[in-house]
Amino acid sequence: MIEFTNVVKSYSVGTHALRGVSMQIEDGEFAFLVGPSGSGKSTIIKLITGELKPTSGMVHVNGYSLERIRKREIPYLRRTVGVVFQDFRLIESKTVYENVAFVMRAIGAGTKEIRDRVPYILELVGLETKSRRHPTELSGGEQQRLAIARALVNNPSTIIADEPTGNLDPDRSLEIMSLLQEINNLGTTMLVVTHEKDLVERFSKRVIAINEGLVVHDGMDGYYRI
Amino acid sequence: MKINNLGYLMKEGIRGIFLHGFMSFAAVCVTVACLLIVGTFSSLMYNLNIIVEDLNKTNEIVVYVDETLSDAEARSIGTQLNRIENVHNCVFVSREEALENFVADYAERGTFNGVDASYLRHRFVVTLEDNHLMEDTTAAIRSVSGVADISAAYELAEGFSALQDILRLASIVIIVVLLVVSLLIISNTVKLAMYDRRDEIAVMKMVGATNSFIRLPFVVEGFVLGMLGAGLAFLLEWLMYDALSSRIAAIDTLKLFNFVPFREMVWPMVATFAAAGIFVGIVGSWTSIRKFMDV
Ligand SMILES: Nc1ncnc2c1ncn2[C@@H]1O[C@H](COP(=O)(O)OP(=O)(O)OP(=O)(O)O)[C@@H](O)[C@H]1O
Ligand SMILES: [Mg+2]
Repeated sequence: MIEFTNVVKSYSVGTHALRGVSMQIEDGEFAFLVGPSGSGKSTIIKLITGELKPTSGMVHVNGYSLERIRKREIPYLRRTVGVVFQDFRLIESKTVYENVAFVMRAIGAGTKEIRDRVPYILELVGLETKSRRHPTELSGGEQQRLAIARALVNNPSTIIADEPTGNLDPDRSLEIMSLLQEINNLGTTMLVVTHEKDLVERFSKRVIAINEGLVVHDGMDGYYRI
Repeated sequence: MKINNLGYLMKEGIRGIFLHGFMSFAAVCVTVACLLIVGTFSSLMYNLNIIVEDLNKTNEIVVYVDETLSDAEARSIGTQLNRIENVHNCVFVSREEALENFVADYAERGTFNGVDASYLRHRFVVTLEDNHLMEDTTAAIRSVSGVADISAAYELAEGFSALQDILRLASIVIIVVLLVVSLLIISNTVKLAMYDRRDEIAVMKMVGATNSFIRLPFVVEGFVLGMLGAGLAFLLEWLMYDALSSRIAAIDTLKLFNFVPFREMVWPMVATFAAAGIFVGIVGSWTSIRKFMDV
């Protein structure tokens, strides 16, 4: 569960990225986070992953209180939250398979576990035939799938995707969204940050709209309005 | 931590060494050079200490007793001498014994043949605990009543003590400087390895790798570099030392320098090199990582 209570985040004196955000996303939910550029969406993600601390207010994520989390607990919080970055952050020197195996290694998974799980995840995102390719040999949509596979492989309870369809044509975007919905159907909480009005309205999910650091709309009607 | 993780960490660490083959090679070379110099100074110090100890043993003060005293009075001075601080040992040598020694020492030339013992004085042969204090101690001995004269080789003793002091200071300075140099080199090599893998590190942090897990391959890398340098330096030192000491022994027919065979100091040397290698490797990588980990 993700819960924000009156969260204020100021980067320096004068820039108030968030000015009192309250919201709650239940386990297993699918929500869009929408808002214009500079409205504070990435700031919300960074607060969820413990990259930033709130200036005031409370942030609760999967049982951790982020406003007073200890430094050495942050890795364990992060294992519950898979992040798909807008710029993918894939490792170009590693193959598709190794990119996924690598993040399992990073949290201490064993060789056998990795051998069993990586092919399963690659199949889930539709990359099973590309496992020996390098990221530069993939299309934009395929890179996005790889980023999703990587966020997914350690079985986090929550996945956050920052502009997952940013550079894709409408058909690919739809495919990615369908994949995220499929993953959500398997029980993973999904928070998708996006600009794309059409896409949001096609999926009729919960939409949290944010503007100038405040939640301006939060509803299940699936409409994107700010 | 699971065994196969340990294997993974080792493999990653060693992969890092080959990823920066040239830098690693340079780091090992510099470490070898530094440790060779460190080792040479340590072995020199080790030998010098033994020489000085030997010298201290032979560096005696001869205390002549006033010839007007009776034999018994002369002997009794010994207890007073023993009471003086810094006097390690004091042996009475009667004038007859002294003569016998002279006669024996100069038997070939016959210089002392037919000399009467009464020309000589009773004497004490005194050895000191610390030769640095020789001047004070001789003054104290002079003030004992019944002591007629003293013959002491201040200059030689002081010269050696001073040499030892200078060498000790010089080796400490050199050892510290060179250890720091190797440390910096290894630290930079590891830093380069980390810089190359900063993307991987960022991803590892984002998916919840613990700091120690991220660090360990780099510590392994530094450790292996340090140990490699130490091992090579040790072998080279051994060869060099044996070659040098046998060469000097061949020239030095007077046996002024008696080099301890390397075999006799193998274990202290192994310990020194291993400690230096581990220190340089682990501290070098750890410090470079610290700067990288604060994300
Ligand atoms: N590191 C920072 N230092 C100072 N100000 C910052 C920093 N990061 C973001 N901001 C400011 O905080 C506000 C919110 O930024 P944020 O990145 O959360 O926006 P966003 O909604 O993600 O925008 P976009 O859609 O363009 O990614 C902006 O005004 C931005 O300029
Ligand atoms: Mg953003």
